[in-house]
Amino acid sequence: MSDLIGYLVTGLGIGAGFALVASGLVAIYRVTRVVNFAQGAFAVLAAMLTASLLGAGVPHGLAELGGVTLGALTGLLVGAVAVGRPGTSPGTSLIVTLGLGVLAYAVEIVIWGDQPRSYPGVPGVAELAGARLQAHYLLIIAVTVPVFALMAWFFTRTDPGRALSACASNRYAAQVVGIDVRRMGLLAFTLGGALGGLAGVLTTPVQQVTFDSDVALIVNGFAAAVLGGLTRPVVALAGGLLLGVAQTLAAGYGGGAYQVEVALVLMLTVMIVQAARTGPVAETAR
Amino acid sequence: MTAVVETRDLTVRYAGATALDGVDLTVHDHEMVALIGANGAGKSTLVKALSGLLRPDSGTITVDGRLAQVPEGREMFGDLTVDDNLRLGGWRNGRGGRDTTAIYDLLPDLAGIRTRRAGALSGGQQQMVAIGRALMARPDVLVVDELSLGLAPLIVTTLVGHLRALNTGRGLAVLLIEQNARLALDLCDRAYVLEAGRIALHGRAADLARDPRVAAAYLGGHIEVTR
Ligand SMILES: Nc1ncnc2c1ncn2[C@@H]1O[C@H](COP(=O)(O)OP(=O)(O)OP(=O)(O)O)[C@@H](O)[C@H]1O
Ligand SMILES: [Mg+2]
Repeated sequence: MSDLIGYLVTGLGIGAGFALVASGLVAIYRVTRVVNFAQGAFAVLAAMLTASLLGAGVPHGLAELGGVTLGALTGLLVGAVAVGRPGTSPGTSLIVTLGLGVLAYAVEIVIWGDQPRSYPGVPGVAELAGARLQAHYLLIIAVTVPVFALMAWFFTRTDPGRALSACASNRYAAQVVGIDVRRMGLLAFTLGGALGGLAGVLTTPVQQVTFDSDVALIVNGFAAAVLGGLTRPVVALAGGLLLGVAQTLAAGYGGGAYQVEVALVLMLTVMIVQAARTGPVAETAR
Repeated sequence: MTAVVETRDLTVRYAGATALDGVDLTVHDHEMVALIGANGAGKSTLVKALSGLLRPDSGTITVDGRLAQVPEGREMFGDLTVDDNLRLGGWRNGRGGRDTTAIYDLLPDLAGIRTRRAGALSGGQQQMVAIGRALMARPDVLVVDELSLGLAPLIVTTLVGHLRALNTGRGLAVLLIEQNARLALDLCDRAYVLEAGRIALHGRAADLARDPRVAAAYLGGHIEVTR
């Protein structure tokens, strides 16, 4: 029983990271119709910078903020290249993000090398209903929940958020009322970058980061996001949490490391079911 | 009378096909102008060009003041509430110009549905939202692309009443594109007939309504002979 609770909370912590990556994918896809394959790179870059800043004596909080800011700026940059030119098709933009994701490997290796990095998070072990788990997992959950609440508020209660939702809902009507949909695309990429960065910064103390950690993040994040047709943040949150818990349970009771396989099976199942129902993912998202 | 909208020799092409060919059209202050024409004549292309969503290949467009459009098909933000749809209509005005209360005074029917999802509304309600959203831009001229299409006669009467009130009460100029030519010619002061991208006829709406060419092509073939 205490094992189960431990796995559940750990799974929720890991899942929260996936959910953040997923919500970044969703934020970008809703507005631009681009599946951003560079999403994992935001997390890796943010985590690497945070590790360096902490190493240089920058205090916690500020170092993490620096990492998230780098994620946001990288998001803006990727957005500028991928959707900055008017008339770029989402398919072309997708390939561009894939290329930029690979380019990020080179940058990361040049700056930080190819060895795994980590840094201490919340120290110690927490006791929860008899279960013992790393206290840092609780921080991940404690940060992620308000971030999602904040996003819900931003998208429905602020004008820039409404404008982003408007672009997602009806791009043509957005143009009719004078919203610059290209700029909104850049804003979405910036937001996606910050969310990806936050995922990396939060999870690195419990899962060390290497330049190619983005693969696991993007697979899990995409699997979570695709549950909601890449357009529904709340479903992406639920999907991320579910995936985190499923993987932790699989690893805990099944033994071995099937984490990525669990995500891949889920993702493929969802995509095949959706494709059989309504056509390709891009179509269901409309 | 000054012109709020004036096009001169306006030409718009889509990858080869010419959709508008040398169009001269004027809408004056306080005026209601109808634009009628068959499917594919180029009416919506003109709306897009006037709104700046399409760049003309040649010719000029002069808009003196602000132009807002009610787009063909109503184009709701379907996932957003009525109030958010309206609010976004004031996007260009900046934060200070996005208060929606005045719209509910103008279009009271919207007050009761302000928190509903626009995508879940009836066609008539959506058209009302589309008009309210356009009014949020505080326009000097309103371009309505297909007012009555697919709507029940009762709601069309209501919408026409609103347009008339806005025109007489607030001096809003209106360019009305309308499938129902009789409705458009009854409502408006002047009218243009667009055929295959060219202005085929224009003049006082009452005169055009009596023109046998208009009657044959757009009024169901009946010439209403008076006396
Ligand atoms: N994006 C486009 N690309 C190519 N051709 C187009 C495009 N939009 C419209 N057309 C063509 O331009 C012509 C004018 O179209 P437009 O939509 O302006 O006509 P309309 O008068 O509004 O017709 P309707 O009464 O059906 O709304 C048509 O032949 C149409 O097929
Ligand atoms: Mg049309």
